[in-house]
Amino acid sequence: MRKVSRLSRFNIASLALGLAFLYLPILILVIYSFNDSRLVTVWGGWSLRWYREFFSDRAMIEAAWMSLRVAVSSATIATLLGTLAAVALSRGARFRGRTLFSGMLYAPLVMPEVITGLSLLLLFVALNAERGFWTVTFAHTTLTMCFVAVVVQSRLGSLDRSLEEAAMDLGCNPVRAFVAVTLPLIAPAIVAGWMLAFTLSLDDLVIASFTTGPGSATLPIRIYSEVRLGVKPEINAICTLVIALIAVVIVIASLASKLSSSQGESAAPL
Amino acid sequence: MTDELPRTDAAADAAGDVRPAAGQPLLRIEGVAKTFGSFRAVDGVSLDIKAGEFFALLGPSGCGKTTLLRMLAGFEAPDEGRILLGGKDIAQALPHERPINMMFQSYALFPHLSVRDNIAFGLKRAGMARADIATRVSEMVALVKLEGLEKRKPDQLSGGQRQRVALARALARRPQLLLLDEPLAALDKKLRESTQGELMELQRRLGMTFIIVTHDQEEAMTMASRIGVMKAGRLDQVASPRELYEAPRSRWIAEFVGDINLFDAEFKLRDGHRLVIGTGGAGTLVVAEPREAVGETRFSVAIRPEKVKLSRRGPVSEAGRETAINRLDGVIADICYLGGTTTYKVKLDTGGMLQASVANSARLDVDAYSLNQNVVAWFTPDDCVLLPS
Amino acid sequence: MSARRIFARPARFAAIAPYVWMVLFFLVPFAFVLKISLSQTAIAQPPYEPVFDLTAGWGALKAAFAALSLDNFKLLGSDEIYVFAYLRSLTVAVTATALLLLIGYPIAYGMARLPKRWQAVAMVLVIVPFWTSFLIRIYAWINILQHDGLLNQILLALHLVGQPVVWLSTDSAMYIGIVYSYLPFMILPLYATLAKMELALEEAASDLGAPPWQVFWLVTFPLSLPGVGAGVLLCFIPIVGEFVIPDLLAGSNSLMIGQTLWLEFFTNKDWPVASAAAIVLLVVLLVPLLLYERLQKRQLEQGR
Repeated sequence: MRKVSRLSRFNIASLALGLAFLYLPILILVIYSFNDSRLVTVWGGWSLRWYREFFSDRAMIEAAWMSLRVAVSSATIATLLGTLAAVALSRGARFRGRTLFSGMLYAPLVMPEVITGLSLLLLFVALNAERGFWTVTFAHTTLTMCFVAVVVQSRLGSLDRSLEEAAMDLGCNPVRAFVAVTLPLIAPAIVAGWMLAFTLSLDDLVIASFTTGPGSATLPIRIYSEVRLGVKPEINAICTLVIALIAVVIVIASLASKLSSSQGESAAPL
Repeated sequence: MTDELPRTDAAADAAGDVRPAAGQPLLRIEGVAKTFGSFRAVDGVSLDIKAGEFFALLGPSGCGKTTLLRMLAGFEAPDEGRILLGGKDIAQALPHERPINMMFQSYALFPHLSVRDNIAFGLKRAGMARADIATRVSEMVALVKLEGLEKRKPDQLSGGQRQRVALARALARRPQLLLLDEPLAALDKKLRESTQGELMELQRRLGMTFIIVTHDQEEAMTMASRIGVMKAGRLDQVASPRELYEAPRSRWIAEFVGDINLFDAEFKLRDGHRLVIGTGGAGTLVVAEPREAVGETRFSVAIRPEKVKLSRRGPVSEAGRETAINRLDGVIADICYLGGTTTYKVKLDTGGMLQASVANSARLDVDAYSLNQNVVAWFTPDDCVLLPS
Repeated sequence: MSARRIFARPARFAAIAPYVWMVLFFLVPFAFVLKISLSQTAIAQPPYEPVFDLTAGWGALKAAFAALSLDNFKLLGSDEIYVFAYLRSLTVAVTATALLLLIGYPIAYGMARLPKRWQAVAMVLVIVPFWTSFLIRIYAWINILQHDGLLNQILLALHLVGQPVVWLSTDSAMYIGIVYSYLPFMILPLYATLAKMELALEEAASDLGAPPWQVFWLVTFPLSLPGVGAGVLLCFIPIVGEFVIPDLLAGSNSLMIGQTLWLEFFTNKDWPVASAAAIVLLVVLLVPLLLYERLQKRQLEQGR
């Protein structure tokens, strides 16, 4: 038998330390969100006090609601546009301005957020658009559709092209071949793209700060202004709730994609 | 597509009726060429294929055989030439408009569909009735012996089973022509051999026309009734397996198909129906006059290793025939035991090296030769093939 | 016409909607940034002049063009604050990227050497923190690093320090925050190349007599360079423009360019200078950005 792995003690140690480094701070945050003490650093026993505090904080609740609406709508638009872009780039014929198009799609992935935010704000000001829900949604869509495009494009790239050819060989015209074969196969990537867009939008502080207007702060904007004033136990509770929400989204989405790819792994393979 | 006449399988044969007129080939390829950028992948190929044939396109990788096949399926359109199916030019038709189906090298089974749905895929596109689809699918499942696996997904099947699903899927529409792109390349040797037999049996039973693309000359020889050998975008020779092996048209084909001894040769004199030639490594040989004159004075002479006989003293000389047999003295330089046969390399006294393949017809090796043993290698003039250099 | 093209003709039209969107929300805004960076600050709404008003006629438009100037860029070049901000951004980005490589490489290497089944698990474990909010992760560190936070409590309990260490508002806190936030971006491309590398290559090297450190330096590391390049670019570029982490974790006596831009924009309401700062930042990042775009494309196209 072939030797499968060659794990040294060094490998294991660096892995363990790395994962601890990634997870401990979040774990500590979650634990302290259940701390009864007002002083963040003193353990005063388990309590849901700060969650109650959060649910009675109108401004926070409004910000959270705003963030959720922005995240859902921008992720949905971004998924649609990003998928179209990915299909055009990996399956489409060459067209005028294709290089510019792919450049525009890759650049926002690494562009400093301050620049993206500033430039979008200047556009909205020039268009005299009222800043609020829609401006933030459009700004987030612009950023996140690029991530969706990359995720879907890499799935399309790894797909055996002869599957589409087989569909055409068996009587599908190109559009039907795409709907009957390609779309179901890239569905998990589309779902993953939506999730990514959703969490990126929920997470964003900088672009939202630039593009939102007075009176419509998103959750990160509110958290940020609170955090600048110092640590508050309520923030721990909010952060824990956000983490829980994201965890639920991930679990649901991965279950959904498991189901759609059917009983596959669970049934006995030959 | 219009179906004017009600046929037994009218709904199923989605792609219309293209039965060739009597005496007409089913498929006629006329001067077809295809260029990718500056690379001429297919360079003027013409070929007729009759209904019911099992035709093999054989050639090394990059010779254009797959491109030719893809043009038949409709995935590429030829830059030049015509492709006539039953007399109708289909060169520019889209894949889904052709009564031709293909079995892909990767099988291209839809991973999100079950075996049943994979096989039914093309039938649904043809607008066949539900009940008919069910009947046809179970027919196909039985045909390729996949009963009980209908609900499995492709990733729950073995390589051999996947190959059968791909075959069933391509056959389900009862195409006029089935294209097979390296259909056995992904199978191991044992399975490949048994599948070869099954494919031939199936083709005979269904009376369908198969075109198979392969780089494996043994596979082509075993299965096909006719073989077209491709090289650098051109068809070098189209012939039956036997003709290809025994009467190759070029030195390249002789070397590509099977093992061969080749010597550069020069014409010396004519003796009735025999030619006397001088060779580089094997001295003077007497060969049969070729059917088609080899135009030049310089050419090659080819002898298959199994035509070369070895003995300790040489053949018993018979008066009158003695001159007709080529006798070469040499010494065994290398022995390669292959089970059914043993290949000996004989270092000839005239300088060349000659391969002889001897059947191991007895279990005990009393007759076997040993290294450095002096032997006489001999073969008749009719065993020699003259080839242009 | 090839199969790809049969498919490609309709597929091409899928580009229309996203193309229009990106031109409107990505390309056009840059024209505005460029234009405003050449304008002057004004106490007005919007807070800059000249304002192009297409209804005012050709003469007014010409005057508006004439009023554009490079003054803001001159200011950026001559004022120490801005020059220092750019230099600090670059220094922080280089240092942090080096730290990330140093910390991320062993982790990625460890992952790549796990049995296949565990590799997938480790990969999920590395990605999951990336899904939790950026801001939350920084906030988590504020919890730990504050004056009477967990870190100081532990250090005091172990008698490693006599009195609480000041962590917050220092560069160390900022580097911890950056490394923590960007670690997955470094690990994943490294892991991707290391996992693809054949184990037999390392075995061949040691079979040919190379001791472990030479196996690493002469075989493993050179072959992982594409991953190193991707990881370095993926971290370096956004760190240069980073705002949140230095703002929350580092002291306020020296600012990075992202912070300066934010300050000019939100506090000083000087939109033209902020725009000019953005343009300069973009120019600084142009080379790595183009490199990254190239890399991305090549990786995607290799998948075909």
